[in-house]
Amino acid sequence: MSEQRTGAQIMCEALIREGVEVMFGVPGGAIMPFYYAMWEYRDKLRHVLCRHEQGGGHAAEGYARSTGKIGVCIGTSGPGTTNLVTPLADAMMDSTPLLAITGQVFSHLLGKDAFQETDIVGITMPVTKHNYLVKNVEDLPYVFKEAIHIATTGRPGPVLIDITKDAMIAKTVPNWDVKLHLPGYKPTYTGNRRQIREAAEMLINAKKPLIISGNGVIMSEAAPELREFAEQLSIPVVTTLHGIGSFPEDHPLSIGMPGMHGWVHVNKAIQECDVLFNIGARFDDRVTGKVSTFAPNAKVIHVDIDPSEIGKNVKVQVPIVGDAKQVLQALLEELPSAQELSELHSRMGSWISHIREMQSKHQTRQQYFKRDENVVLPPADVYAALSKTMNERGNYRVVTDVGQHQMWAAQLLDYYRPRTHITSGGAGTMGFAVPAAMGVAIAHPEDTVWAICGDGGFQMTNQEMATIIQEGIKNIKIAVINNGYLGMVRQWQELFENKRYSGTPLSGPNFAKLAEAYYWKGITVERPEDVQAAIDEAYATDGPVLIDFRVEREVNVWPMVPQGASIGDAITDVSEL
Amino acid sequence: MRFALLRPKSLRSSALKKHTIVALVQDRPGVLSRFVGLIRRRGFNIESLAVGHSETPEISRITLVVESDHVEQVVKQLYRLIEVIKVSDVTDDPTVEREMVLVKIHSTPTTRTDIISLANVFNAKVVDIGTNSMIVEMTGAPGKVENFIDVIRPFGIKEMMRTGRIAMVRGARGHQASEYVEASNGHVAQPLN
Repeated sequence: MSEQRTGAQIMCEALIREGVEVMFGVPGGAIMPFYYAMWEYRDKLRHVLCRHEQGGGHAAEGYARSTGKIGVCIGTSGPGTTNLVTPLADAMMDSTPLLAITGQVFSHLLGKDAFQETDIVGITMPVTKHNYLVKNVEDLPYVFKEAIHIATTGRPGPVLIDITKDAMIAKTVPNWDVKLHLPGYKPTYTGNRRQIREAAEMLINAKKPLIISGNGVIMSEAAPELREFAEQLSIPVVTTLHGIGSFPEDHPLSIGMPGMHGWVHVNKAIQECDVLFNIGARFDDRVTGKVSTFAPNAKVIHVDIDPSEIGKNVKVQVPIVGDAKQVLQALLEELPSAQELSELHSRMGSWISHIREMQSKHQTRQQYFKRDENVVLPPADVYAALSKTMNERGNYRVVTDVGQHQMWAAQLLDYYRPRTHITSGGAGTMGFAVPAAMGVAIAHPEDTVWAICGDGGFQMTNQEMATIIQEGIKNIKIAVINNGYLGMVRQWQELFENKRYSGTPLSGPNFAKLAEAYYWKGITVERPEDVQAAIDEAYATDGPVLIDFRVEREVNVWPMVPQGASIGDAITDVSEL
Repeated sequence: MRFALLRPKSLRSSALKKHTIVALVQDRPGVLSRFVGLIRRRGFNIESLAVGHSETPEISRITLVVESDHVEQVVKQLYRLIEVIKVSDVTDDPTVEREMVLVKIHSTPTTRTDIISLANVFNAKVVDIGTNSMIVEMTGAPGKVENFIDVIRPFGIKEMMRTGRIAMVRGARGHQASEYVEASNGHVAQPLN
């Protein structure tokens, strides 16, 4: 181990030491020494050549979100790094552990507007958890260790390491015996005991308690603890967009998704509840609607590993800074006696049946099954067939893009396990699904990965279909919900802007033929009766398949809480506007 | 002031409350940029900023005066920065606050003695005398510095440079950088609340 190594070799060894197996990237001038070294380590460190750095970034995100491990993406200096800004911002918003490795010009050229020089550390400061510029080869072992530590601990997030070309070329004997020195970074994992007791007491004495489960539960692998806690106290569970999968949707206590496109009964339950236990969700404005009217009757308990999230949007009575898993484990130790629990269960019965009553009054999926005589292909038909087939065949993961199809996928498909629903939430990045699905498919070769996209987002990053073929990835199927519009924007225009469809009608190529051009199987579906056969064919095909579902063009996502309105005031039809 | 009228409203300073924030940070490249970037993100105007070494090597102390009615969230978010060790809003705490100013004042043989006697009243020091100007150094609480500037303004100020405010909490409270160095043996989970 006392041999001299180039900086680039040290980078590879540092990644292997941290358990990295796959990297997604695009080479270029400044990062070439890393690619030169990578060749020696190719048995341990798989490199996936992406068609665009943004695709590489999202692929690494998909890999990270579906495994919990760090995702690694690579770009060269200049445009190679600026193309990574969107995935970094996306990972920042959705707390994804991501490591971006970027090449930088020679250190003696820094600040001289050298070819392909950009100040990527300056550019990415607001969209990374932390970032580094490395100019000395000796610093590499420490920086890689610290960077991965920061990305994967506490509230996970993206970290970027920018390395000058000379630091990659220079040789040194690496010192792996490094000790992290981070006096300002000590994430709190264990919740405060006194507050945990207070929270437990509040929940035990509540008449109408509700749990909101978010991404934090998934990231801390706390789904089993959440289930046990909810069952013990018989508390209904709401799962946010990113909390989907943290609680099985077929569970009697699962009531669904809240917020702008949440079910009416879920939002009503939030407005009625007397204790709201938020674990690992951040009270995003898409969840709360008008904050001043959100959960007006509730005392709020908020568990988050990031202290700056607590009290940011919603006033909190019991703040608990800690890791979702550890806090839930501690809460489980505070449960009352079996007798008290059984009394509590009988008390909860009426609250739960009240919610179910509201659910039957505001039929959740019913809105989508209304159909006119002249309807071509309602999107709900596609989802119904997908849902049925996925349930029958099992082992699926769904990756969605951003827009109407994304909300439908959250509403109309079923999720039972963590990390089976992966989407771009906070940043709302169109173009996320195809590359992210590639990352998921690589991480989970045993699962069928469905990328569900709109025709808008699909056209932003579909070039990664070539990468998928080159890598021999077979377990990926794309469903394009093709309505010829940027549909969610069109919906807003229809509902709030007098149907002024400014900049939303959208044409595309023949997606099936495009797929064929990429050596995929491509299928076009235009009639309801062909939906199931196409999905079956996709499953029967040993390789990637794209299905172009040419759905009815102007269908809306319901229910909808208009922006700025209270979540109690959802509209479920145009006529209610 | 005439110039101020030409600036768009969003760029003008307002009547918002001024907050004094004191922070301990790791002395690494880019830390100031990250710190200030978080304030900028919210569109808050920074009135003054002073950075320098603390009593402990590798840890710097920042004193920041910012105009805003909502600094609480920013203070919390500053903790998200990896290199930020401790942040406090000391606006309402008992503190010692000091600022230094260097003023180059227009002076003639006849006004010189007046300026010197004024400077003496404010415990200011004359540090340079030229043929038609002199440089006076004055240190004091920010209000006193304002006072001094007002008083000498009629003589004609040719140049002025202020260091920005530095602040320290009185008594045993406050934060010593050394505490954080001893605890810095890597990643330790520690309850915050």
